[in-house]
Amino acid sequence: MSSNSFSYNEQSGGGEATELGQEATSTISPSGAFGLFSSDLKKNEDLKQMLESNKDSAKLDAMKRIVGMIAKGKNASELFPAVVKNVASKNIEIKKLVYVYLVRYAEEQQDLALLSISTFQRALKDPNQLIRASALRVLSSIRVPIIVPIMMLAIKEASADLSPYVRKNAAHAIQKLYSLDPEQKEMLIEVIEKLLKDKSTLVAGSVVMAFEEVCPDRIDLIHKNYRKLCNLLVDVEEWGQVVIIHMLTRYARTQFVSPWKEGDELEDNEKNFYESDDDQKEKTDKRKKPYTMDPDHRLLIRNTKPLLQSRNAAVVMAVAQLYWHISPKSEAGIISKSLVRLLRSNREVQYIVLQNIATMSIQRKGMFEPYLKSFYVRSTDPTMIKTLKLEILTNLANEANISTLLREFQTYVKSQDKQFAAATIQTIGRCATNILEVTDTCLNGLVCLLSNRDEIVVAESVVVIKKLLQMQPVQHGEIIKHMAKLLDSITVPVARASILWLIGENCERVPKIAPDVLRKMAKSFTSEDDLVKLQILNLGAKLYLTNSKQTKLLTQYLLNLGKYDQNYDIRDRTRFIRQLIVPNEKSGALSKYAKKIFLAQKPAPLLESPFKDRDHFQLGTLSHTLNIKATGYLELSNWPEVAPDPSVRNVEVIELAKEWTPAGKAKQENSAKKFYSESEEEEDSSDSSSDS
Amino acid sequence: MTDRVGVFEAVNQAISWALRLRVLAAFSASSASVQRGPGAESLTGTGVGKMIHSLFLINCSGDIFLEKHWKSVVSQSVCDYFFEAQEKAADVENVPPVISTPHHYLISIYRDKLFFVSVIQTEVPPLFVIEFLHRVADTFQDYFGECSEAAIKDNVVIVYELLEEMLDNGFPLATESNILKELIKPPTILRSVVNSITGSSNVGDTLPTGQLSNIPWRRAGVKYTNNEAYFDVVEEIDAIIDKSGSTVFAEIQGVIDACIKLSGMPDLSLSFMNPRLLDDVSFHPCIRFKRWESERVLSFIPPDGNFRLISYRVSSQNLVAIPVYVKHSISFKENSSCGRFDITIGPKQNMGKTIEGITVTVHMPKVVLNMNLTTTQGSYTFDPVTKVLTWDVGKITPQKLPSLKGLVNLQSGAPKPEENPSLNIQFKIQQLAISGLKVNRLDMYGEKYKPFKGVKYVTKAGKFQVRT
Repeated sequence: MSSNSFSYNEQSGGGEATELGQEATSTISPSGAFGLFSSDLKKNEDLKQMLESNKDSAKLDAMKRIVGMIAKGKNASELFPAVVKNVASKNIEIKKLVYVYLVRYAEEQQDLALLSISTFQRALKDPNQLIRASALRVLSSIRVPIIVPIMMLAIKEASADLSPYVRKNAAHAIQKLYSLDPEQKEMLIEVIEKLLKDKSTLVAGSVVMAFEEVCPDRIDLIHKNYRKLCNLLVDVEEWGQVVIIHMLTRYARTQFVSPWKEGDELEDNEKNFYESDDDQKEKTDKRKKPYTMDPDHRLLIRNTKPLLQSRNAAVVMAVAQLYWHISPKSEAGIISKSLVRLLRSNREVQYIVLQNIATMSIQRKGMFEPYLKSFYVRSTDPTMIKTLKLEILTNLANEANISTLLREFQTYVKSQDKQFAAATIQTIGRCATNILEVTDTCLNGLVCLLSNRDEIVVAESVVVIKKLLQMQPVQHGEIIKHMAKLLDSITVPVARASILWLIGENCERVPKIAPDVLRKMAKSFTSEDDLVKLQILNLGAKLYLTNSKQTKLLTQYLLNLGKYDQNYDIRDRTRFIRQLIVPNEKSGALSKYAKKIFLAQKPAPLLESPFKDRDHFQLGTLSHTLNIKATGYLELSNWPEVAPDPSVRNVEVIELAKEWTPAGKAKQENSAKKFYSESEEEEDSSDSSSDS
Repeated sequence: MTDRVGVFEAVNQAISWALRLRVLAAFSASSASVQRGPGAESLTGTGVGKMIHSLFLINCSGDIFLEKHWKSVVSQSVCDYFFEAQEKAADVENVPPVISTPHHYLISIYRDKLFFVSVIQTEVPPLFVIEFLHRVADTFQDYFGECSEAAIKDNVVIVYELLEEMLDNGFPLATESNILKELIKPPTILRSVVNSITGSSNVGDTLPTGQLSNIPWRRAGVKYTNNEAYFDVVEEIDAIIDKSGSTVFAEIQGVIDACIKLSGMPDLSLSFMNPRLLDDVSFHPCIRFKRWESERVLSFIPPDGNFRLISYRVSSQNLVAIPVYVKHSISFKENSSCGRFDITIGPKQNMGKTIEGITVTVHMPKVVLNMNLTTTQGSYTFDPVTKVLTWDVGKITPQKLPSLKGLVNLQSGAPKPEENPSLNIQFKIQQLAISGLKVNRLDMYGEKYKPFKGVKYVTKAGKFQVRT
């Protein structure tokens, strides 16, 4: 007993030192150099001793400390030989920890890792399915190219295992082997084909995952399994559901014709989708139009609907994108309620869901209008959530709700979160351009904001007002005068530049003020920001062309200042302007057109949503979130003009006859029509058949 | 080949001859394929991989204190992109959950002052990863009682074992708490003592029965001496109340949390007096969707222990009763370094129940230096650094309404705040579901014993905000 406690003390003391020593080595040689650092060798010696002791408790302690080192990202690779010997340990916990270690370091120590292989080969034949499965997991996780044939063999055998759990692990192993050696693709596809036929709900998700990774283009492998996957879907575990739904979305877009009517109007949607649930409407729909939906298409849409009720946000989003991409537009409305529900979740889920809603709400406003208030901002929301909500509110704004929204925006503008306040002002600008009825109201509101105490708010307002005035050729002399006065107080360069530009553009409408502004600016020119200097020069040029009597000298003074400015852009601009507006012998034909050049009608800027074009990415994907095509993104194809042969999905009679009586066959064919009443029985029977 | 054998002998006296022969056999079997192409070797590690590649746990001060790789090792330096994004963000809440880096994508969640940063290499639904990371955090919480750096560090081995079981090759394997607990037993003091004496381990050696059955959430062979089933109906009121006291937005979000300790395989059905109230419901996977669709009855074989049965939203058409009102007058004087603050809380539409556990939190504007307040009830604190005022009120007694008033000291010379701060209010009402939802009955089939049943109702404030 006493010796025991003594050794324990020593261990713990040594442990600390080991870690320190390890840090030193890890920077120099990651793949464990034996004996180079003698002190290290000594420090790890106690761990080695423990691993070699015949007491399981000592071994377990050692393994626990080693796993602790791995978890911290410290290098424990030099213990490999000592650890690998314990791979056949009877103690399951030691064994598991050795597995953890192996998977982490096998790649670096390939030769030594081979020592463990035979243990796994033996375990693959173990009567206990958990042991078979975990042996396969570890074997396939050891990234050592030399064992590829062994892995291949193991996967093939496991894919025919009686236990669905082992078969599930086989499906996972397919992906691991494929990433280790892509040349095995053809053989792996054979295994995938076999596993796709599996009727166990446990396997379905994993094999579809393997399919998506190894051969997503082999859509032909899905045909025969399509109906089965649709019917199993509700009972597959949630993670598998996500993968299957995404795959089936892609499948549907290649196999069915578009259910979207030509010229499907937004208005139409708004009226229809509340009643979308009832079948009555469906029927009338069908009677009216020549288009009839493929029953398999309908099957998918119907069988995914219950999953909108899932507690898993990823599943709900997956169903939502399926409805968005493949259901008739009149039926997509049911997803909005579920998506709005997700907004109660944590901020990360909110972030992704709001992004997707933002994209949807641009195209089909009606879907989210009833939930307008769910997007109201709380002062406690993080800024990124606030801006996304604001985006959606803007998309949803229309003549009917704009007055409510503007009142809501007034609160936001006063927010302590200035970044958000600025975003709100941009939003008001967008609403003003989109809804003509309120343009004047918005403009007045923005002008009021010009007297706000916060500079960021004022600056943002100036910029937005500038854009709005540019869009409206109407007279707004008063506003421009007001803004000219602001030049005395406001310091934000963008805002100053905007005001100057605005005065320059409208210099003929404010003939008295413009020259005076130029006079003031000439005084402060040298201390202005570069952005402002450029606009002062522009203003000067424009005034010179329209009102040279009053401003000739001023402009020339400014041009002289600009000529010697430190910034070459400004010097450049000065030279350009001088040549263009001040006629001399050298100046070419261009100067005749100077006025046309400077005071041309400029196209108004478009205030658009940043989510406008995002819908070319499949919703719910990483690519959609980032708005760039992510590696491995699978394009969603356009609907085919003519549907490919639907009979490919018919399951062969021979295969059915083997397992089922003729009654069973009839059931299978019916299943597309009345899934709810039949499916449970069918699943039961399929389960029992897979067990047998 | 010779040096390979050399290494073998140097390190491995203990391994039996039989084993060694098998290894050598494996060698010769595979040597042919190694020769086959030059590609075989170089392709190692370049493989694409779906889903989650690695996970880093990072604390608030930016230390990476745990890493786990499910495929090839990804260097910690990948987190630099995360730190960069973190620096750019004003606060932790604003770190973008999805970050793109030259070779990877980082998807992260922020939970209990920790960042869970996962490394992704290819296209994947971001919600898939986010939902999974939250499930990991939930599991830690479930196992260790808290999801904190200390708890994770103390239980690093269990954490590793859990992560190993939860994800295989980056794809979720077992995420149900009932299954995990059969595979890896949660740490308890008693068990660690027993283990150290008997030498038994924390790791199960048989496949949990749930994994294979149609009801993966329930373990087999559950036995209790007292069979009990408790349901907590918890409703939260989300509301935005405007300056004048009228409701801008209000909604009821509810959950039914269950604590089921029943032996065997009980089949339960829970029915409501007024199920039509539930407008939008999300279910635990155990609930039979078809029964709900047709009969509005919750029919299920429950998991063992605590779980969330459903969450629901009460249709927004129904008017939501707001149980409290706030009278407020907050003003800041122009050109003066002080302001006045005065709030009073009173009950309103409380259905004859006491409102308790009231807390008011106010994020005061930055220019506020300090607050000198007096309260008729409870206590208040003001943190001059974060500018957060917290008033712990307690219970409302209608005879004497609690109020908090006094002076606000502002930074001198600074302009007066543009906006008055919003008041965030927390409260609780026992024995009341504000929506009026009522459980009708609970029936049990499949088992013979008579369970003890109980239902509790609570209403709380959710995101309850009063604009001033």
